[in-house]
Amino acid sequence: MASSSELLFTSSHEWLQPGGDVRRIGITDHAQHLLGDIVYTDLPKPGKQVKKGEAILVVESPKAAADVYAPVSGEVVEVNGALEGEPSIINQDPYGAGWLVAIRVSNPGETSGMMSEADYKKSIGE
Amino acid sequence: MNGMLFEKLPLVNEISSPGRRGVLPPSADQSERRAARAKLPANLRRKAAPALPEVSELDAMRHFTRLSQKNYSIDAQFYPLGSCTMKYNPRINEKVAAMAGFARLHPMQESADIQGSLRIFHDLQEILKQVLGLGGVTLCPAAGAQGEFAGMAIIRAYHRDNNTGRDEVIIPDSAHGTNPASAAFAGFKVREVKSGADGCVDLDALRAAINDKTAAIMLTNPNTCGLFEKDIKEIARMIHAAGGLLYYDGANLNAIVGRARPGDMGFDVVHMNLHKTFSTPHGGGGPGAGPVGVAERLINYLPAPHVRKAGSKYEFYSPDRSIGKLLAFHANAGVIVRALSYAMSQGGTGLWDVATYATLNANYVLNNLPAVFERPFGNLCKHEALVTVRRISKEKDIKAFDIAKRLLDLGYHAPTIYFPLLVPECLLIEPTETESKETLDGFIAAMKQIATEIESTPDVLRNAPNELPTGRMDEAAAAKALNVCCQWGDVPMA
Repeated sequence: MASSSELLFTSSHEWLQPGGDVRRIGITDHAQHLLGDIVYTDLPKPGKQVKKGEAILVVESPKAAADVYAPVSGEVVEVNGALEGEPSIINQDPYGAGWLVAIRVSNPGETSGMMSEADYKKSIGE
Repeated sequence: MNGMLFEKLPLVNEISSPGRRGVLPPSADQSERRAARAKLPANLRRKAAPALPEVSELDAMRHFTRLSQKNYSIDAQFYPLGSCTMKYNPRINEKVAAMAGFARLHPMQESADIQGSLRIFHDLQEILKQVLGLGGVTLCPAAGAQGEFAGMAIIRAYHRDNNTGRDEVIIPDSAHGTNPASAAFAGFKVREVKSGADGCVDLDALRAAINDKTAAIMLTNPNTCGLFEKDIKEIARMIHAAGGLLYYDGANLNAIVGRARPGDMGFDVVHMNLHKTFSTPHGGGGPGAGPVGVAERLINYLPAPHVRKAGSKYEFYSPDRSIGKLLAFHANAGVIVRALSYAMSQGGTGLWDVATYATLNANYVLNNLPAVFERPFGNLCKHEALVTVRRISKEKDIKAFDIAKRLLDLGYHAPTIYFPLLVPECLLIEPTETESKETLDGFIAAMKQIATEIESTPDVLRNAPNELPTGRMDEAAAAKALNVCCQWGDVPMA
């Protein structure tokens, strides 16, 4: 697993692994802080085709249910089954064990607009 | 503060005493019992008596009266719950709605026998047409969200009839959460647009979202930041020019009722919450009423049954292209009666004052809260004051949640928190027009006390509520460890 400084970020608070055909997606530490205790995730089924910018799954806390958007287009090939019993893993380790889904990226060029961790932190005022 | 609110009460089963009775029902004779038993399959017959509480009539009365006193309610306390319009509901509405001629009707009665009630429907439709500035109004929807669904179903029917192929609905990120759900339920795809830095719709983002699939935009105006969409005319022009319709979420109508009309702003479909703006006690889950107003070109799609005047009589009818029925009967009639009672007792000038004082009160609160409650969008608002404690949450680890819980200690219902989602750590305060300056000053004093406590005794906030019978709940545990199986004596209920 990459350290957070190597990940790519969206303005809607998702992260994406930087290289490879199949890449993991998750939500940022800032996002899990805003949501608070995550109590539920509605993960897609492997095989689902997703388009960049499309809502692909929902994470829910007592405060809010938040859509998570696909940072890139592709096919969902794996979901993090551990979240079903223990969604709070996302709070504890958002960049590691709290990953959400893995996508086989169909168009790697789509990542060109994504941010570095430093730029992301600047964008959220940290 | 109401001492009863904080009293620990036993369950009614816990004050049960064997053999004690409030009511003695007549006992069935042997043959009746045998006949009943013969009809009930053996596997459904109870093996032991149910655990019904055995109490005297006086015990039962005291128990339920005290339970009612534990309610935190607008009748007893200030209730500044943002986006909910918890205002005083004048008692005359209750008196009128309880009249036997309204309260004891049966929905299956012939329309010839309920002309008075149909006239109530008709007259309220006419008043709401004036209030909304639109050509037609249905009173059918039983609540705000059903009104949203009805409105979106009307828009879908309109686009189908005109073969436009439009199936996308644009919704700003400040919208009520029900909007995307209603649009999706009516068969649309939802496209969210971000708000600008001023809390209003960002016209560039909107322009980018509009295309030949755009069926409608759903807007709340004033929006959930408590702000009037300043570009509403331009938004209407852009959507109409693109072939879409404008949907108005009237949950915040209290801010403009009598002073500005959605129809004049260019909206084609509007739902309103009678139980909020036109005053029915609500907050306990209903009943509500979510009438929908539509522009002339959409009248033919209104749900059935619709009420109209034919000569000197009133009658039900179904418009030609009606989206159909929304509920088994006509509407939540009691709410309709209360709304007409409210509208007529206020009169046109009274409704004008509603919006004036609702806005004045919210601005008074917004501008008199201590500085830790930052104003994300300046010093002016409509009917609700949005503030954020984002800075304090970072510097002192005191969250909006902690402040809401501490307000309970101080005798206030907490405002809405963490909504709208686009402002982190926010509190949304809607004081309504019916509260006096003294009440608002009391609330402001409580917020000042909290501001002091953030500095002096932050743990009092982090642990709040400290003075209620029940301390802080673990909200996450309740949602994670789902255990909703009920048991009644020896009989499992689920």
